[in-house]
Amino acid sequence: MVPLSHYLLLSAMLFSIGTAGVFVRRNLITILLSIEIMLNAVNLTFVAFGRALGSADGQIIVFFVMTVAAAEAAVGLAIIISLFRHRESLNPESFTALKW
Amino acid sequence: MTPLLVAQIVLTLFVFVMLLNSAAVMVYVERKVAALLQQRLGPYLVGPKGMLQPLADIIKLLFKEELRPRAADPLLFALAPIISATAAFAAFAVVPFGAETTFFGLLDEPLRLQVADVNVAVLVIFAVASMGVYGIVLAGWSSNSKYSLLGGLRSSAQMISYELSYGLTLAAVLLIGNSLSLTDLVNRQAGTWLGFIPRWYVFLQPLGFLIFMTAGIAETNRAPFDFPEAEQELVAGYHTEYSSMSFAMFFLAEYVNMVTVSAVATDLFLGGWRGPFLPESLGWIWFLIKVGALLFFYVWMRWTLPRYRYDQLMSFGWKVLLPASVINLLVTAAGVLYFEL
Amino acid sequence: MISFYMFAFIAVVASLLVIAQRNPIYSVLLLIASFGALSALYVLLDAPFVAVIQIIVYAGAIMVLFLFVVMLLNAPHEDTEYDERVHPLLRPGPMRFGAGLAVALVVELWWALGRGGESGSFAGGSVTSVAAIGRSLFTDYAFPFEVTSILILVAMVGAVLLARREEPR
Repeated sequence: MVPLSHYLLLSAMLFSIGTAGVFVRRNLITILLSIEIMLNAVNLTFVAFGRALGSADGQIIVFFVMTVAAAEAAVGLAIIISLFRHRESLNPESFTALKW
Repeated sequence: MTPLLVAQIVLTLFVFVMLLNSAAVMVYVERKVAALLQQRLGPYLVGPKGMLQPLADIIKLLFKEELRPRAADPLLFALAPIISATAAFAAFAVVPFGAETTFFGLLDEPLRLQVADVNVAVLVIFAVASMGVYGIVLAGWSSNSKYSLLGGLRSSAQMISYELSYGLTLAAVLLIGNSLSLTDLVNRQAGTWLGFIPRWYVFLQPLGFLIFMTAGIAETNRAPFDFPEAEQELVAGYHTEYSSMSFAMFFLAEYVNMVTVSAVATDLFLGGWRGPFLPESLGWIWFLIKVGALLFFYVWMRWTLPRYRYDQLMSFGWKVLLPASVINLLVTAAGVLYFEL
Repeated sequence: MISFYMFAFIAVVASLLVIAQRNPIYSVLLLIASFGALSALYVLLDAPFVAVIQIIVYAGAIMVLFLFVVMLLNAPHEDTEYDERVHPLLRPGPMRFGAGLAVALVVELWWALGRGGESGSFAGGSVTSVAAIGRSLFTDYAFPFEVTSILILVAMVGAVLLARREEPR
């Protein structure tokens, strides 16, 4: 049986890959995808701990996280669509009107 | 290599080959039944009564040239029919089609006639159906042609809309059946009331059965819900640019999806492999009869009803079928509480 | 045992390729592959319900939404010359900070987990049945469950409103 720390390490790697994606990519959709990677890494941690501690609470929290992620992805994509309609670009550097 | 392992491998291969055969048989049945409904003869030249027609079709498709539009994305263009066909076959992996059998005592323990017996079988079917949407979306996008793109997007929007009613009807059956495993659900439908009405769930859930079959027809993109691939509207929808074996894979995926939906409906609502007059070990004969009846219903629907227009189709799915399945779920829940089923 | 490493490898490689790909459609498809690998890991963790829900909700619904948006917006490829010339750690401003942060994150997490010593191995548990999860959801966690349904309703209304075209005056 694989020890718990292996799962946590995998989750940490996925989380940092997601973080790197958010900062490095310059396409709004890919940034949202990196956020989804981060949420999935957190889900993996929850399920791994739930299994290690022998309770079903880990899976229940994952259920809620997935629901929230779905709602957030839907609203985020709607925002991206309306932003695209304004500027015809998905580059976050085109939306600098509030910078001073 | 115990005999049980060998038997399981043989069973898996057998199911695969039988699904391929069923698609071929469905091609013939569809053309013959369509012809008889339209008062003409249908295929009659190739083989006795035209029964070798599917073979001729397959040979023709194999020899056609495999085309790819120049502007199409090569990786996705090749991947899309593979995803469609794989999802169609994978969904049948958890469908049981017979009782446990020991093959006349050759095996030590009984083998379930099911490729994989998972205890969340109903959800797995639902999950694999969701993955089948990708084949269509990618086919529409990668062909880089306007008919394909429109057809692909419309078809996938239709599929994910009707998945909701599909899932809610499944939830209502689960309320009565108390288990997610298909084998358990079939086993609970044993016995009869009053001596002659079998305890099938279709008698407890008539509305649910109708909604399930309607959503199933919409899921598999069959008439009257086949606007996205109708010849008169969108050339051929998402598979316009495909030829030869890729087209055959989409065709295969559509027919195998039909068989899977009919098989799942049989297991959930019509009692699976149970029936009078036959012993348990020959239950698969009843299974074939029931699935055959549902497939005939599919073909009959296609050649009888006119096609829904796309906006009528979507509004039917969201404004009629979804509330109906929610009401079905509520009434079932009330019934289960009251009658303590 | 070996299946854990295989699926973990697939998940990490697919996620790396997601953030490295130029074409957004390939990014979405690689993320679906990563979700599939994660779902297999959930099965290994004796959580079949979460595994199937991951496929149905994440890979089957949310990613289809992403794919639709990418196709409808005809999302352009990012310009590649800048990205190929300059390494992420050398770019100015927030990108350097972000890339450095990610590297620091990996190093810290690795150190922290290495220090944990002999952290818990898995207790002998069994597959959590769907019935147990359902019971817990409707009794202990009934309030968050209902609030989540309102959240989804709000998100639906918000998404439809935000993506609506402005009426021409």
